[in-house]
Amino acid sequence: MCRMSSESPVVADRATLLRRLRQVLPTHCLLVEDEDLRPYECDGLTAYREMPLAVCLPENEGQVVDVLRTCHQLGVPVVARGAGTGLSGGAMPHAAGVVLSLARFNRILAVDRDSRTAVVQPGVRNLAVSEAAAPYGLYYAPDPSSQIACTIGGNVAENSGGVHCLKYGLTVHNVLRIRMVSIEGEIFEIGSAAPDAPGYDLLALCIGSEGLLGVVTEVTVKLVPKPELAQVVMASFDDVAKAGDAVAAIIAAGIIPAGLEMMDKPATAAVEPFVKAGYDLDAAAILLCESDGTPEEVAEEIARVRAVLTASGARDLRVSQSEAERLRFWAGRKAAFPAVGRITPDYYCMDGTIPRKRLAEMLAAIAAMERKYGLRCANVFHAGDGNLHPLIMYDMSLPGDWEKAEAFGAEILELSVALGGSITGEHGVGIEKIKQMCVQYATPELETFHAVKAAFDDKRLLNPEKAVPSLHRCAEYGRMHVHRGELKFPDLERF
Amino acid sequence: MTRDEIVAAIRAAHAGRTPLRLRGAGSKDFYGGLLAGEVLDLSGHRGIVAYEPTELYLTAKCGTPLAEIEATLAEHGQMLAFEPPHFSANLTVDRDISAKTGATLGGCLAAGLAGPRRMQAGAVRDFVLGVTLVDGRGQVLDFGGRVMKNVAGYDVSRLIAGSLGTLGAIAEATLKVLPKPVAETTLAFACAADEAVRRLNDWGAQPLPLSAAFWHDGRLLLRLSGAAAAVDAARRRLGGELTVDAEKTWISVREQTHPAFAATPLWRVALPSTAPALAVDGLAAIEWGGALRWYAGDIDAATIRAAATAAGGHATLYRAPESLRCRVDPFTPLAPALLALHRRLKKVFDPAGILNPGRLYAEF
Repeated sequence: MCRMSSESPVVADRATLLRRLRQVLPTHCLLVEDEDLRPYECDGLTAYREMPLAVCLPENEGQVVDVLRTCHQLGVPVVARGAGTGLSGGAMPHAAGVVLSLARFNRILAVDRDSRTAVVQPGVRNLAVSEAAAPYGLYYAPDPSSQIACTIGGNVAENSGGVHCLKYGLTVHNVLRIRMVSIEGEIFEIGSAAPDAPGYDLLALCIGSEGLLGVVTEVTVKLVPKPELAQVVMASFDDVAKAGDAVAAIIAAGIIPAGLEMMDKPATAAVEPFVKAGYDLDAAAILLCESDGTPEEVAEEIARVRAVLTASGARDLRVSQSEAERLRFWAGRKAAFPAVGRITPDYYCMDGTIPRKRLAEMLAAIAAMERKYGLRCANVFHAGDGNLHPLIMYDMSLPGDWEKAEAFGAEILELSVALGGSITGEHGVGIEKIKQMCVQYATPELETFHAVKAAFDDKRLLNPEKAVPSLHRCAEYGRMHVHRGELKFPDLERF
Repeated sequence: MTRDEIVAAIRAAHAGRTPLRLRGAGSKDFYGGLLAGEVLDLSGHRGIVAYEPTELYLTAKCGTPLAEIEATLAEHGQMLAFEPPHFSANLTVDRDISAKTGATLGGCLAAGLAGPRRMQAGAVRDFVLGVTLVDGRGQVLDFGGRVMKNVAGYDVSRLIAGSLGTLGAIAEATLKVLPKPVAETTLAFACAADEAVRRLNDWGAQPLPLSAAFWHDGRLLLRLSGAAAAVDAARRRLGGELTVDAEKTWISVREQTHPAFAATPLWRVALPSTAPALAVDGLAAIEWGGALRWYAGDIDAATIRAAATAAGGHATLYRAPESLRCRVDPFTPLAPALLALHRRLKKVFDPAGILNPGRLYAEF
């Protein structure tokens, strides 16, 4: 386990901070006792923990403004938090700071059928938006696998995806407007219910900014009509390379499926006893390919998908014949993380993206890393958009095991960059991948990120030391950015 | 023209504090604030760098004409789903060959103007996966990449879309591309503007394969795209009359060569799709499921801006004679806090303020 050490000095002492916070928050909105703070010490990335000085639970925007102003005046770091389901440590507290929980911003303010929009507070759960929209035949498309728990505010911070984002887009494609409070307590309306708001596209900049630019207090999301029908084809392959080629063949045939997922043999082996989805346990990989739309459209697309998969060498094909069966096919994929959690004391979930065509190469490299580190790894993969989730299995109680898992993960991420991809597709950088940012980006880009941050938060108080590494940290890490195989600025001295 | 030449030109301008006017084909010279600065012609930095149909991306240099990109995509049954205008008709014939072919990739991203498929497919920025930017100091910056999902670092590549060249010269960009729909058909309905808006919102909330809408002069055109069976089923359900030559009509809407766009001054009003009619005369056309409404004629700027703002939208003075453009801001003014933030961001990318000054807002 890693206790993080802070790089920034403690500006205000805790007593002063608490006194000032008590002036702006009622007692029941401020947690200060160790036993109350403990549940906030980490998010979904449990390997990293830190205790905050306090947790603020404001109930209205005015209180958010007051807390932020207070912290700004005192120079105290602020870490915003939704449900804490993030997997990159983005909501891990700062030792000298406060956690600003948006849990009480849990109201759906409006759902409008005709304009297909919903206005929600950031603490509303992702799935709750779709539930509220269901009576109108609408839903909110991004569906991260944590959707029963994760909040819209957290989704905005991370630009969350899900199994349907190949066809329906990420959070950035489905949010129309946010209301955001700056660290100085200023309120910004960014985006609008009307398309293409004037000025710079700050919505695109703020979505996925991991809580570094502002605190979101309201979100307008786009709703889409629920398709009349969805069906899923399950295909088994005796070779992962063939499965990877089948994915490319589906895209080449002009099909953008509603979902296109892959699981390798260790993943199906972990999942099947848990959910009894009926997966082919002898297959090296299975593909799940979903089609949605009108019944006519689905029938036409399923026929095309079947033809492509057969031609790609699928050894077995099954098409869901009922909604119950469709959900069962998906259940295994959606339960992959907890299922792996049942067969190993701990697991570490990675989130690299790669060009689809490099899939077989990546899986072979991961197999070699399993031998190198002596750890097992199950792979689930948003195959349609090249987003890989290797689940590295380890045991926190064994000395050195976590360190091995972390090195294993870092190697996967750095290989993702080398293969032309990214260190994170949808989980964010947080604290977890901060070192790998030095591999993905060179100094001028990192400097630009820091300057963008300063344009919003010049004291660097919002979620400090996350998402964008200091240049100093990159120099210490010692692994340089490589762009298309060439080292940038080869004439510069490296240390 | 090489990227190094762009870098050298911007470095020199930065050092000499010389305002630059970034220009591709010049097809959108009419758009935004009045042109100022020495022309930096980027149309010579052209060519498709990479295209992988099965990875759904295409990378090209900024001066590459959209026509060339779309022709290449069409060979593989793919398209730029946001349907950007080429505006070839805006170009005079005495310019060089690249100009005659219409808008370039760089200009398309910088202006951020999408076409008829905007509401279903998304905005220009929704398809930006990565950009190589030469900022106002002449630094080469790579943001994003070539993969569909990438949340490492701030999403600067999407920020660049629609920034009208005020943050940097887009040297190269990678776009997400999509397969062309298998089938497409267009239906026509006779109806008044209010009825068109009502119907479009009602249809929009249903799982129908809509891909574009255009109302003008009592006639509503609705385009359906998708699987043949889906288009067919929707056509039977919606009724209306089948149109001939629809493809030409949609191109004329995208290119704004349709008579609906002929009058000036022309105002582009973006609204929540359900907004009731504005108390302004001169409604020329409705697009984007009711969310984009065009007004033409002598309309008081303050009146149309106030009406659009009150309805939750914004009004852009889109095409107008210079005599009006020098008096009226092209875009709806920003709230003071937001304007201050824009200026700080502008400084990050262009500290000397040399790139397209005043093209977006007079203040920077």
